[in-house]
Amino acid sequence: MAQKTVLRKPRGFIDVYKHKPGAEKDRTHYCPGCGHGILHKLIAEALEDFDLVEKSIVISPVGCSVFAYYYFDTGNLQVAHGRAPAVASAVSRANPDSVVISYQGDGDLAAIGGNNILQAANRGENMVVFFVNNAIYGMTGGQMAPTTLEGQKTTTTPYGRNIRTDGYPIQMCELINQLTAPVYIARTSLHDMPNIRKTRAAVRKGIQNAMNRKGFSFVEVLSMCPSGWKMDAVQSQNWIKENMIPRFPLDTYRDNSDQPYTVERPVPIMDPEEVRKILGFGSLKTANLRQNPDAVLRKVALRVSGFGGQGIMSTGIALANVGMEYGYNVSWLPSYGPEMRGGTANCSVKVQEETIGAAECTEPNMVIAMNQPSLEKFEKILVPDGVLMYNSTLIDIEPTRKDIKVYPVPITGMADELGDTRVQSMVSVGAFAAVTGMFDPGEIKSLMPVLFAGKSDKVMKLNEDAVQMGYDYVKDNFS
Amino acid sequence: MNEHREYPCPEIDPDICKGCGLCVAACPKDVLMISPKLNSKGFHYSEYAGEGCIGCGNCFYVCPEPSAVTVYLKDYVPEEVS
Repeated sequence: MAQKTVLRKPRGFIDVYKHKPGAEKDRTHYCPGCGHGILHKLIAEALEDFDLVEKSIVISPVGCSVFAYYYFDTGNLQVAHGRAPAVASAVSRANPDSVVISYQGDGDLAAIGGNNILQAANRGENMVVFFVNNAIYGMTGGQMAPTTLEGQKTTTTPYGRNIRTDGYPIQMCELINQLTAPVYIARTSLHDMPNIRKTRAAVRKGIQNAMNRKGFSFVEVLSMCPSGWKMDAVQSQNWIKENMIPRFPLDTYRDNSDQPYTVERPVPIMDPEEVRKILGFGSLKTANLRQNPDAVLRKVALRVSGFGGQGIMSTGIALANVGMEYGYNVSWLPSYGPEMRGGTANCSVKVQEETIGAAECTEPNMVIAMNQPSLEKFEKILVPDGVLMYNSTLIDIEPTRKDIKVYPVPITGMADELGDTRVQSMVSVGAFAAVTGMFDPGEIKSLMPVLFAGKSDKVMKLNEDAVQMGYDYVKDNFS
Repeated sequence: MNEHREYPCPEIDPDICKGCGLCVAACPKDVLMISPKLNSKGFHYSEYAGEGCIGCGNCFYVCPEPSAVTVYLKDYVPEEVS
C-alpha cells in the first residue's frame, strides 16, 4: 500500500448517503461528538486499506447504529434486536469468502443479545464484533444499560445505579474471555488520540482476522455519548477516562491471531438441484413455464384466507409446490393467530416467472376467500382487474367491487360431496389452475406423491378427484 | 478554497462540521478553533488557523463525521487544475 498523502473520507463509506431519508444526505445522523462516527471511520478506513469494501457484510443492530447501512458501502443487513451475532453466523457460513462484521451497542449486545453473543463466540464463528460500550441506552433517551456504572445517573436510575437492586456493570470482554474459541479479545477507548490509534490497530486486527478466517474477534470500544451523558464531547472523553476505564480496564485480553488454525465450515450447498434432492423433490422442470394470456396473472400474488382448519395453509403450500415443480419462482408466507383451529388465518402465495422480492402480498391480484370475513377484508385490497374466487357454499353475500373478476365456487360443498371436507384445499387448487391456466389438472395429479408423501393411495385418489372437480367446475361455469 | 496553501494542512467543511470540538482538543499544535460564526445548521464549526499544521492526522481520526475533515499531508501534490 502506497503511503497516503491525504486523509479523507474513506471509500468504505457510501459517497452520498442515498439511503438516508430527508435532505441531509451528506452527513450522519449521529449527535455531535458521538463515538460511533469515529469507529465507523476506523472501520471504513480499514476496509478501504485492505481492499475489502466489496467483500464485507456489515450487520447493523438495534440502537443508534441501526442505520449503519446508510453509511457503509458494503453488504448490509439490519437485524432484530440483539440477534446480530446469530445472523452474522449464518451470513459468515453461507459466504465463507466474505468478511462479516457485527456492529453492536451495549443495549443490543449485553442486554437483549447477551446469549447470542456468547453462543456465537463459543462457536468461534468467523466474524469480527465491534461492541460500542457507552454505558447507556443512547437511542431511546439515556436509560440504564447493563454496562451503566455504579452510581451513574440515567433517566431510569435518577439517584444513580444502585448495585444492590440493579446489579453490577457487565464486563463483556472478561465474560467472553472465559470461552475457549475466540481468537482476539480487546477493549479499547476513544477518549484521547493515543487510544483512538490503539482502537484503530484493534479494528484492523479484528478485520484481518476475519479476512484470514482466524475465527471470532471481539473488540469492545469505550465510546462517548455526549447527549445521553448530558455533557459536551470533550467532557465526555474525560468522563470515559475518569469513570469508565477503572471499571472497564483497557487491555488486549487475548490475541491468538498468529495461530495457524483457520475456521473450517461445511461448504454451503449452492446447487439448486442438490437442495431439491435433499428436500426430496424431483428435478427442476423449466420447460413448463406458460405464458399466461392474462397479464394480471403472469405475476400471481395470491392471498388465501379463511377460518383456521379450512385448509388455507395447505392450499398455499400446495400451490407453491406445484408452481416450484414447474419452474416458477414461488413463495409462501403464513399469517395466523395462536389457535390451531377456528381462528382466522391467511397466507400469501407468489407464483411468478420473475424473481420474488417480498413474500407478503400487500396488493394481491388474486384472492381466495373461504369465509365471509375474509371476503370483506381482502376484497378491498385486491388490485383492479384482480381475481376474486370465493367459497359460495359458506358466503351468501355478493362482492361489492365492480372492477374485479369474480368466481363464486362452492368449494366446501364440492369437498363434502366427495365425502371429506378436508379436501377443500385441493378443490381450491384445481379451481386456481382453471382460472389461471397455469397448470393442467393432470400435472397437479402427477405431483400427488410429492404433496402427500407417505399418505395412502386412497387419500391421493381422493385429492386427485378434488383437483379435477374444482377444475371442471370453473371450466364448466365460467368459460 | 485557499489556492496558495502550504502542506500539510487540514480542510474542514464548515457545513458538515457539527462543532463538537473534539478536533480542537486533539490538535497538538492548537491551530484549530471553534468559529464564532454559525454554519447553515446552526453549529459553531471548527476552523484552521491557516498555519502551523504538522499533519499528525489527529483531527481526521478524532472527527466523528466522515466527510467533515480532510487532511492533506506533507507530500500531497495538488492535482493540476485544468
